Amino acid sequence: MAKAGIKIENVHLSFGKTKVLKGVDLEIRPGEFFAFLGPSGSGKSTLLRAIAGFGPTPKGRILIGERDVVGLNPWSRNVGMVFQSYALWPHMSVRDNVAFGLRERRVPTADAKRRVSEVLDLVGLAHLAERMPNQLSGGQQQRIALARTIIVEPEVLLLDEPLSNLDAGLRVQMRRELLRLQRQLGLTTIFVTHDQEEANTTSDRMAVLDGGVIQQVGSPQELYDRPANLFVANFLGTANILKGKVEIDGDEMRFVTETGDTLGLPSVIGSGTNVVLRPQNITIQQTESKDTFQGEILHREFLGSQIRYLVRAAGAEIVVDQSHVPEHSWFENGATVHLRANTTGAVLL
Amino acid sequence: MTTTPSHETGSALAGRLQNTFIPRLSNLHVVAVLIALLLFGLLVVPVTQVIFVAFQDPATGAATLQNFADFFATSLFRESFWNSFYVSAMSVVVATVIALPLAYITTRFNFSGSILIQSLGFIPLIMPPFVGAVAMQLIFGRNGTINLLLRDHVGISIPFMDGLNGVILVQSIHYFPFILINLSASLRNIDRSMEEAAQSLGSYGLRLFQRIVFPLAMPGYIAGAALVFIKVFDDLGTPLLLNVNNMLAPQAFLRISSIGISDPMGYVISCILVVFSILSLWASFLVMRGKDYATVQKGGGGMAKRDLKPAEKTLAYGVVIFILLVVLSPHIGLLLLSFGTIWSFAPLPDGYTVENYLTMWEGSKTFIFNTVLYAGIAATLDVIIGTAIAYIVIRTGIVGRKWLDYLATAALAVPGVVLGIGYLRTFHGVDVPFTDESLASWWVIIALALMIRRLPYALRACTAALQQVSLALEEAAESLGATKRRTIQKIVVPLMTGGILAGFVTSFATAAVELSATIMLVSSNNDAPLAYGIYLFMQTPSGRGAGAALGIVAVIVVAIGTVASQIIIERDKKLKESGD
Repeated sequence: MAKAGIKIENVHLSFGKTKVLKGVDLEIRPGEFFAFLGPSGSGKSTLLRAIAGFGPTPKGRILIGERDVVGLNPWSRNVGMVFQSYALWPHMSVRDNVAFGLRERRVPTADAKRRVSEVLDLVGLAHLAERMPNQLSGGQQQRIALARTIIVEPEVLLLDEPLSNLDAGLRVQMRRELLRLQRQLGLTTIFVTHDQEEANTTSDRMAVLDGGVIQQVGSPQELYDRPANLFVANFLGTANILKGKVEIDGDEMRFVTETGDTLGLPSVIGSGTNVVLRPQNITIQQTESKDTFQGEILHREFLGSQIRYLVRAAGAEIVVDQSHVPEHSWFENGATVHLRANTTGAVLL
Repeated sequence: MTTTPSHETGSALAGRLQNTFIPRLSNLHVVAVLIALLLFGLLVVPVTQVIFVAFQDPATGAATLQNFADFFATSLFRESFWNSFYVSAMSVVVATVIALPLAYITTRFNFSGSILIQSLGFIPLIMPPFVGAVAMQLIFGRNGTINLLLRDHVGISIPFMDGLNGVILVQSIHYFPFILINLSASLRNIDRSMEEAAQSLGSYGLRLFQRIVFPLAMPGYIAGAALVFIKVFDDLGTPLLLNVNNMLAPQAFLRISSIGISDPMGYVISCILVVFSILSLWASFLVMRGKDYATVQKGGGGMAKRDLKPAEKTLAYGVVIFILLVVLSPHIGLLLLSFGTIWSFAPLPDGYTVENYLTMWEGSKTFIFNTVLYAGIAATLDVIIGTAIAYIVIRTGIVGRKWLDYLATAALAVPGVVLGIGYLRTFHGVDVPFTDESLASWWVIIALALMIRRLPYALRACTAALQQVSLALEEAAESLGATKRRTIQKIVVPLMTGGILAGFVTSFATAAVELSATIMLVSSNNDAPLAYGIYLFMQTPSGRGAGAALGIVAVIVVAIGTVASQIIIERDKKLKESGD
């Protein structure tokens, strides 16, 4: 199967007067599992649809392999798309749905039949070939929609929120299955989602979009550990942002907040006036010591493996996660506590 | 509680069971039984009677197939049968030719004329077809506007209105909106991803339409086409006014009105009409079964519309304007006729006057009064019974409740002529209490016939309205201590008001112009409603102007009704949305 990379160059797109994509540049490598992550209205689905050839014609270039597809009709692109609603045709059996693309390509019947069986085996639903789509469960419909798309061996597989119509348990199972299939077929795949956990668990790399602009591109871990801006820091996981400035005193570097509290900074990434602290990198203690700052417990939530505290400190409301240990006593609301931040590798923005 | 229920909880439970179940169900049971009796007496008995008589020897009363043998042995009846079939089938074809481009253009393109189509396209329905028939003669007839112009300038004439052609033209112009409405709705209900999925798999253009779009729209088309077929097959007024008597419904009417209610041929024809109605409903049911193709998803917006290129736009406007002109020709003709002095052998009337309206007003006050009275009674009863049936079917577990729905809906399959004949036969021997009058010729029976004829529509409106009232709203009232009866009064009915009103208005407006059943039942001109009045006026050339004026009144009545019900439905929808 031909693996193609995708190159998106300076793509602008508007719906009437509303600008939805404002200059997108992106390169997706052949065989990569890539995620578009962003809140609703960020332009992620629009970008996906532009690659597939749906919606208004964008300005700029979209290269699939070597070919610029902007202005090409969807049917001349060899791009496979799985829709959020699955879009299985209700008047055709599962077999006819899956065989559709082959028929459009005038594949000889015998050959088509064999490929339909193969692909149905691949998704594990060969026994449902004669069913109608409305007789399938959500997960089964999802797999058939996938089978219908991959059977035509597209250069690129596009998945538009493919898991959003499934219930929670099935979602986890399906995303593993998706990943397994993608690895097996080696298809260049783009996955659109607003769920960071989905993007984190499946993708090799991802792009975070907001306001029609790509905020950052990288592996899930890179994006979490080294967010390029406050939006990415906040969108991926929970982030505590403290305003202040860096002070250097000989060998020692410190971050002094606007309220005058100080944090030691053994090593930092980036520069700026905000420090990003993840909830699990802060500990709460009863007594004051060097590099701690004082706060008051506002609220407490028991999450099972962790206890999440909301603490007012350093001029902000700080989220702190503590591992839950049985028999360990909790900090009560209103208690005065001292926070110590583990700032190794902290990000300044 | 499952282990050892104490005495107290046990008896409390029993008390609650008694309090809630028994009174709640018993009241509704009574209502259900009353409605069942009413439907039985006014629908089942008359129709069964008609079928019975068709299989009876008129002299001895013994069961026989002789009547059917006689029917098919008579060449006039065989001809009428084929004519009815041919006219219905051709009307479906012509109506499709009119509706398909309109539906396609409005749903597929960003076309500014769509609003024009959506509003003007439904105008035919607000005019009873027989009203337009006379006006159509004047425009499309052998000596009508179009043919006079063609003869003068091109030297040809086209027999648009000759014989069966006339019926086909009038009926398809009148009934094509059924196909347009249903087809547009199914086209709109196709989610755009259905099409996009096919496109990204390599399908486009005509193949895409043929393999994906049309099959998905098929159920809507079949529903509309079946409806057109039945309506045309059953219609009495149009052929009668166009003086085409060699069709089934006119034959039934003529046999009964000229030979009398003992002549078996009218009943045989009724049987055939009923069988065909049921067959076409059944056929459309078979096609529709298991095919709810409404695929629009949350946030999906129907099919992707695209902009038209300038040349395409011109073409689209051309097609739409041409079709709309044809479709509106009965209205234009009727308007001209109503204001015209003399209109004969001329493209347009000789002069214009309001004389016709004055004559009409003089001659038809009773008609108008009767219409308001009959249609008012019919529509009021329709929504009351409709609401009750809807509630019983959707919200209770009363045994056999579905049958109330089936029974009321079955009226759809009973042609007006058949119901009329059935009433004549069943009630002619029954006297109205305290009078010497027969029930069959009492004016109330006309209102009741209209009520039965419109009940299926009112029932649909009420059912739809009730389905939109969430059960939780009722449960909330009940958990706050309201009894079933109070809940229905204070919560359910007020929330259904919009739907009920819409049902009332539609029933009223369409009952006001019904002719098929009433023409059989009107025993004196004093009891006649508006539609019958138009029919009377149109019988003489000198009365045509006044008849047209009365026709305009009918159109206005129905138009106001339709617009009102639309406004009510829209307002209601907004109210419900804001409540979410």
